[in-house]
Amino acid sequence: MTGRLLALGLALVFVASYAAAQVGADKRRSGYQDMGEALQKMQDDDTANPGMLYVQLGGQLWKRAVGAADKSCADCHDAAPASMKGVAARYPAIPTGGDRPVDLEGRINLCRTENQKAEPLPPENRDLLALSAYVAHQSRDLRIAPPYDPRLDAFRREGAEIYRRRQGQLNLSCAICHDDNAGKKLAGIVIPEAHPTGYPIYRLEWQALGSLKRRLRNCLVGIRADAWPLDAPEYTALELYLMERAKGMKLETPAVRP
Amino acid sequence: MSNILVNAPKTARRGDVVEIKALIMHPMETGFRPGPNGRIIPRNIIERFTATWNGADIFAMDMSPAIAANPFVSFFAEAKESGTVVLRWTGDEGFAAEQRVDIAVE
Repeated sequence: MTGRLLALGLALVFVASYAAAQVGADKRRSGYQDMGEALQKMQDDDTANPGMLYVQLGGQLWKRAVGAADKSCADCHDAAPASMKGVAARYPAIPTGGDRPVDLEGRINLCRTENQKAEPLPPENRDLLALSAYVAHQSRDLRIAPPYDPRLDAFRREGAEIYRRRQGQLNLSCAICHDDNAGKKLAGIVIPEAHPTGYPIYRLEWQALGSLKRRLRNCLVGIRADAWPLDAPEYTALELYLMERAKGMKLETPAVRP
Repeated sequence: MSNILVNAPKTARRGDVVEIKALIMHPMETGFRPGPNGRIIPRNIIERFTATWNGADIFAMDMSPAIAANPFVSFFAEAKESGTVVLRWTGDEGFAAEQRVDIAVE
């Protein structure tokens, strides 16, 4: 009897400690944690973080009327700090009436063409990135919360498949570096876990703000694979998977990265 | 219109040495890089940055093509009297930007 009680007690203790360990055991690391102290301070100081220049520009563009409809973002959405809070944390998503997911930049361009009757901005355009940074900045410190939309499952599965698919002359998959070897060094640089926590990011190497798509293309070129065309659905699928993988992590937009 | 971020104290005690930090959006194109068509992209940099406190010079620097895009400048000045610090950037292609910050000295 005592033996059974003891076993039961031990089992309870084990279950409790296991549960406690699970709660506090988010071992995922944002790229922020792998940067040097100087860069972390640069990102944390809103007057030293160059990404904040783009957020400022985005705030100005938010109020500027464009297109044949002569409407600004603010005309429909009012003040972004209230209306755009949490939006970046749940993108990519399927827009109303659409059947394919779009990322934040894609959503901004949809608003331009449908509501403002203006030309869509080209990929990596400064104004597009500034608007996207301004919108995403309203979700800073919020946790990544991908939407529960069964229509997205197929795209997420496709993204996961791409993430594990070997590509390019170096015959590497995303997972080989960012899952299997994350935290180790590649030519003196810590391999990050590839969580999209701060996009669009200000990358010192670029000397400019850049989207997650640009970062993904960087990796594709790095493994000597053919980068997909800029409008390829592969990027959105991969972004969907990465956001699901980073679910619950805090957004840092605009992040600074080396 | 330029995008500028300035970090300066709003108040200071007389005789204090205060730090003023300024960040400005600018491509700082070196003039050495070829563009997609193979031709050299013309140089477009900020050539000079100056700061005055109530009209008196407190800091000035010449910038070179080796300085990265969106240059960040930090410098120190002695707080002598309340007034306006005027930061000025001038450069290629007629670039001119100005930002004013008021500092109250007690």
